[in-house]
Amino acid sequence: MALSAALARQPVLEARGINKHFGPVQALTEVNLSVFPGEVVALIGDNGAGKSTLINVLTGVLPLESGTILFNGEPVHFSSPHEARECGIETVYQDLAVAPHLDAVANIFLGRERRQPGIAGALGFLNNPLMRKETEEQLAKLRVRVPGLERRLVTLSGGQRQGVAVARAVMWASKVVIMDEPTAALGVAQTAMVLDLVRQVRDTGIPVVFISHNMPNVYQVADRIVVLRLGEIVTELDPKTTSIEDAVAAMTGSTRFVTKEVV
Amino acid sequence: MSGATETPSEADTSALPPRRPYLSRMSQSFTPVILLLIIIVFSLREGASFLNPRNFNDIIIDSSQLVVLTVGLTFVIITAGIDLSVGSVLILSSVVAAKVMIALSGTPQDIANFQFPTQQVGIPVGLLAGVVTGLICGVINGALITRLQMPSFIVTLGMLGIALGLGQLLSGGTSVPNVPPAVQSAIGLRELVGLEIGGQRVRITPPVVIAYGIALVAAVVLNRTRFGRYTYAIGSNAAASRRAGVNVNLHLVKIYALSGLLAGVAGAMDLMRFGTASVGSHQSDNLAAISASVIGGTSLFGGIGTIGGSVVGAFIPTVLRNGLVITRVQPFWQNVAIGMVLILAVYIDQRRRKAEERM
Ligand SMILES: Nc1ncnc2c1ncn2[C@@H]1O[C@H](COP(=O)(O)OP(=O)(O)O)[C@@H](O)[C@H]1O
Ligand SMILES: [Mg+2]
Repeated sequence: MALSAALARQPVLEARGINKHFGPVQALTEVNLSVFPGEVVALIGDNGAGKSTLINVLTGVLPLESGTILFNGEPVHFSSPHEARECGIETVYQDLAVAPHLDAVANIFLGRERRQPGIAGALGFLNNPLMRKETEEQLAKLRVRVPGLERRLVTLSGGQRQGVAVARAVMWASKVVIMDEPTAALGVAQTAMVLDLVRQVRDTGIPVVFISHNMPNVYQVADRIVVLRLGEIVTELDPKTTSIEDAVAAMTGSTRFVTKEVV
Repeated sequence: MSGATETPSEADTSALPPRRPYLSRMSQSFTPVILLLIIIVFSLREGASFLNPRNFNDIIIDSSQLVVLTVGLTFVIITAGIDLSVGSVLILSSVVAAKVMIALSGTPQDIANFQFPTQQVGIPVGLLAGVVTGLICGVINGALITRLQMPSFIVTLGMLGIALGLGQLLSGGTSVPNVPPAVQSAIGLRELVGLEIGGQRVRITPPVVIAYGIALVAAVVLNRTRFGRYTYAIGSNAAASRRAGVNVNLHLVKIYALSGLLAGVAGAMDLMRFGTASVGSHQSDNLAAISASVIGGTSLFGGIGTIGGSVVGAFIPTVLRNGLVITRVQPFWQNVAIGMVLILAVYIDQRRRKAEERM
């Protein structure tokens, strides 16, 4: 990329000193995370480590308790996920957040409907053919195939629904894509396609935050791996110089990793 | 989603073919079949006294208020809510309409002599007052449900009591007397189109035009506009809609306002059709309207429903009552039958939902 070194070093999205409680449970403690242009940051950690909570705080699903979120270097406050989306930050949430009784096109355009021109549009009449056409064009550009764009998602498999959520995020993102366990329900071929999408997005300069339990997948796409344990960032790993065993050790806090770090 | 290549892969085995559970198919054809069965049974029993053009014309005219209420409830139920107050709001609206109409149609002296010198003002303003009363009740429902985060079931149950009680207080618990008869003769019973079919006169009256006009507009709104899309989206997944930037609370207020408005319209139609506001009837209208919508395929779990299905559903209570009267069975059996059909329809809806979740 032809970005200047100074610009490339400024994070697109940055979290500083984030804390989050659920009653007595401290889900996040002084978490710092930077997302730089054109990189894939993998966020890994055991179940309950706080990965989804961090994403929810970053994108305005949960209110910020303490700490700062910077977007393009400026402090921001997202009071709803919609505000984050308007800034170009698209998220595939772990609970998917699709409307299963709508079809793929309606889900992709939910909240951003294209209306007919003129008076009909002012009255709220939808331009379904246009939305369908734009979806097809975008998906073709991304080399994604969603079967049955006109079928309600309830009639699709879990993996296909997840595909719609991933396609929606990738289609609209202009600054950051965040994916919380996007491959959890997917088979081998579908997973390969999501990984391919992650690389494609990164290659356009848009960074991807990729959360997964699947260490081989993480090592396939990540430029940088951030490890969260019990709500704290414990370390950062370089996938080129570390192994899956190191990542597992860091996630679980076993000694093997510590000795290696000291060495 | 599958790979860019079209070759079937291991992953695609999870991609189910469009297998529709039989109960889902069944519930789509369930309503017309039940309606047809009811018509056949009454036709066989009663012959020409049921099965004649004039009687079917009566059924269509009789269905008009229920169609209006059912349209409103269909929007509410698609959002996974409920409005139990429509019958009471109808009563309150018709009482308010009658009172305003009388007050503006002449001096108390005139009215006592059954003279209505200013009824040209009184009648339209009175009807409008009824519609606005319904709208206000609906807005209050919607505001309480969204601001206080209360279940629609509870809020509208409260409104059921409030509106009914206010209607009874205003009317003294009886039918409102001295309503200008022109509201019935010149509006409600006016023959807009008349046809001779088999020697019988079949009429289209303003209530029929209002009811089916509203149903038509509602069907277009639900299918073609963003308002309709948000209605389905909220019922399907309110949290996802909120995350997508849909103003869920504002939309829900509009939905309950619409339901209240339509109950107000049905209240105004009561005056047009019967020339009086009667507090005694309509108490089971919410049962009939909810049943009509659910029997017509609207899912109480939200996200599913059509106006067309609901209109067909609204015929079931209407035809039942008509047939039972002709059969000289106590028409109260209508409520018994509707209750049973409602339970059956919800059972089928539940099974459909479970079948979908398994996919
Ligand atoms: N809405 C919530 N209410 C209460 N506790 C929560 C809530 N969401 C998450 N938690 C708790 O916060 C911790 C982190 O959860 P989460 O962020 O979902 O972890 P991860 O995504 O890494 O598996 C867990 O202990 C979880 O039980
Ligand atoms: Mg999680």
